[in-house]
Amino acid sequence: MTRHPPVWMGFLLSPIFSQAQAAWTVNMGQGATVVSHSVYDLHMIIFWICVVIGAVVFGAMFWSMIVHRRSTGQVAARFHESTKVEIMWTIVPILILVAMAIPATKTLINIYDSTESDLDIQVTGYQWKWHYKYLGQDVEFFSNLATPSDQIHNKEPKGEHYLLEVDEPLVLPVGEKIRFLVTSADVIHSWWMPAFAVKRDAIPGFINEAWTRVEKPGLYRGQCAELCGKDHGFMPIVVDVKTKADFDTWLAGRKVESAKLKELTSKDWTMEELVARGDKVYHTTCVACHQPEGQGLPPMFPALKGSKTATGPKEEHLNTVFNGRAGTAMAAFGKQLSEVDIAAVVTYERNAWGNNKGDMVTPKDVLALKQAQSK
Amino acid sequence: MSAVIDDHGHAGHDEHAHGPAKGLMRWVLTTNHKDIGTMYLWFSFSMFLLGGSFAMVIRAELFQPGLQIVEPAFFNQMTTMHGLIMVFGAVMPAFVGLANWMIPLMIGAPDMALPRMNNFSFWLLPAAFLMLVSTLFMAGGGPNFGWTFYAPLSTTYAPESVTFFIFAIHLMGISSIMGAINVIATILNLRAPGMTLMKMPLFVWTWLITAFLLIAVMPVLAGCVTMMLMDIHFGTSFFSAAGGGDPVLFQHVFWFFGHPEVYIMILPAFGAVSSIIPTFSRKPLFGYTSMVYAVAAIAFLSFIVWAHHMFVVGIPLVGELFFMYATMLIAVPTGVKVFNWVSTMWQGSLTFETPMLFAVAFVILFSIGGFSGLMLAIAPADFQYHDTYFVVAHFHYVLVPGAIFGIFASAYYWLPKWTGHMYDETLGKLHFWLSFVGMNMTFFPMHFVGLAGMPRRVPDYNLQFADFNMVSSIGAFLFGTTQIFFLFIVIKTIRGGEPAPAKPWDGADGLEWTIPSPAPYHTFTTPPEVK
Repeated sequence: MTRHPPVWMGFLLSPIFSQAQAAWTVNMGQGATVVSHSVYDLHMIIFWICVVIGAVVFGAMFWSMIVHRRSTGQVAARFHESTKVEIMWTIVPILILVAMAIPATKTLINIYDSTESDLDIQVTGYQWKWHYKYLGQDVEFFSNLATPSDQIHNKEPKGEHYLLEVDEPLVLPVGEKIRFLVTSADVIHSWWMPAFAVKRDAIPGFINEAWTRVEKPGLYRGQCAELCGKDHGFMPIVVDVKTKADFDTWLAGRKVESAKLKELTSKDWTMEELVARGDKVYHTTCVACHQPEGQGLPPMFPALKGSKTATGPKEEHLNTVFNGRAGTAMAAFGKQLSEVDIAAVVTYERNAWGNNKGDMVTPKDVLALKQAQSK
Repeated sequence: MSAVIDDHGHAGHDEHAHGPAKGLMRWVLTTNHKDIGTMYLWFSFSMFLLGGSFAMVIRAELFQPGLQIVEPAFFNQMTTMHGLIMVFGAVMPAFVGLANWMIPLMIGAPDMALPRMNNFSFWLLPAAFLMLVSTLFMAGGGPNFGWTFYAPLSTTYAPESVTFFIFAIHLMGISSIMGAINVIATILNLRAPGMTLMKMPLFVWTWLITAFLLIAVMPVLAGCVTMMLMDIHFGTSFFSAAGGGDPVLFQHVFWFFGHPEVYIMILPAFGAVSSIIPTFSRKPLFGYTSMVYAVAAIAFLSFIVWAHHMFVVGIPLVGELFFMYATMLIAVPTGVKVFNWVSTMWQGSLTFETPMLFAVAFVILFSIGGFSGLMLAIAPADFQYHDTYFVVAHFHYVLVPGAIFGIFASAYYWLPKWTGHMYDETLGKLHFWLSFVGMNMTFFPMHFVGLAGMPRRVPDYNLQFADFNMVSSIGAFLFGTTQIFFLFIVIKTIRGGEPAPAKPWDGADGLEWTIPSPAPYHTFTTPPEVK
């Protein structure tokens, strides 16, 4: 084999050029975990069983369609039952199914054993993004679609990872047993990572368990798999699997950042700073429903431009963003966004698109509301 | 019981031995099973074209990656309405139409047992679908939560038109239940002397069993949408965890209806194909008795497999195993049916008129849908297949070449009896081949994109899925256009053509071929004797 290095190099390089061929992929990937390999094997076994049965049955059909035609002078036989044959073709499929059920059961039992995990991550589905919380680590963040709207609306060329890219991927250590606790804040979503063969519905009010142990570092991509409303097709999942050392560095960095974020709350903000920050928050968090120019998509998603809420008392506006509005699609962002971001986005909404209220909500106001409500 | 019917029959016969009434009121007031059957079939076909046009919108948007034609919010309304209209408006009424036309003719009955109810159960449908389709024009749009309308997307987060959707579902359910009661009453009471249960054509058997399935599960669907209504308008929390309910309860209730529902859509097609294949093989159906038992077994199993639609909602391991094993078992009676059809063809004297072409394609392509069903039954593998285009490919393979090819086969098989004219065989074959190519081109690539990781119900996708999606869309446009061609063939057959003899197929067997073509307005007013 060492005599043919070019062949091997071509093989190694193939993932880079696979973009051209990937368009015609016809089969499931093998994935990057022990479970995904055994699922792939089950898939291939049952597929070949079907192919063999199909070849026999369709073979017999085509044989009789070709040989037993009236145009060949065929005279119809009169037989119309055979207990022996009928018993045989009842028993044989049962035996095949039993043979198939055994490995499937083994794999399933393994999939359901989520005990003794090294790291627990709470995955929460939101319309239309994912939230990841590293339990016991004081690290949590949202993961939003990063594909620019211009690519979606065909105003600029689409990238390789079109619709499969996020602003902040979930980061995991390689080789460790990760337990996912999957839930939802609004409707049912489904967290699906094909390379791990993990798919679990995220159900509001309930927590589902799943686990994985990834064999090699890399970026893995998936999507929400349960219809969850308008932007169901636009909430991808990206997992960045790092070596243990890299992961620890990353986690330490995140902890420092979250401590800094807390400091930001106590800082004195100017209106310009809040509006600038709010602009960004609005365009990641609010824009899907309320639209870039605040015009909304009435009647499900009301306009903010000139709305009663955005031009009325600021306490009421803050309360709507913080607690949501019961019985409507407006979610409670009090637990989704930091104090700074809530203050910023409310201030932005009150001063954008000609709303020009000229007042501001500070992070301290938000903190006060939070403390008042937790009492 | 039979004495009473006899009295009515004689009284009616003596006073006015009449043909159809004149004008529009004939159709509004008719209690004639043939008129009602015809209306069901036309209604079904118009819904098929409407649901099909929604599919064209879906495929046009998916022709290329990116958003071109519709916004995601409207796209979701299209997928939802396509599913609802095809299931409740196209496939189910088509089979009720066939039942109305053919069951009395096959069992030697003068009409359906409950003719006035028959009229009512038909006329509920246009009302229901008018209401359902009108939601598309309401503020906030029509239903956008998928034809499976999972809570809480269909309750707390639904557009306001959801209430009209619920009412429409109620009307469809009432219509189906009344239709089912009528079928059961007819089959059990109005069979000609000597027509024992085990002499009934399989189409009658499959419909008898289908009718029992309908009566068992349509009330469950009604309960399900009523609980939604309560949650939306009366502050209950059946499906909301915040109030002590459970969104997963919705799925259990829905699929307890939904799984038998998929057999409701296929069993009558099994029955029709079990008449057509023997006719064109000129050989009796192989294993009649085991066919009947297989249908009964499938019907029973359909009640205990519902949670295989829910493998990823987090049901416990034992539940997962139970539903996996039960689902795999369905392959056994289904296999028996396929083997019996193949054995019927074996050493027959085969010809391939249009009904036979559709029937043979039915057996082959439905089996392919069955194979992917078997793959989906394997719970661990389903974790990868679930809610991807692989599932879309699977159920379209079962429903399009299954239910819909079964309906086309039936239509061509019985058109001579209905219209008194032979259809144009060349055009019929052309319709078959265009449908066959279009259908496979549309749905076969969906297996590939599903396995490669494309979720269902998305308006846009990554570039890696682009090529196969374009193939699917082209196939869909071909298949869709072809069905307008079918309309042309049917109208041409009604307006003229070679006169059909009483029995246009030399290998056919059964009472419906003993009466002239077209079937007179009243048939079997005196019951035939079955030996």
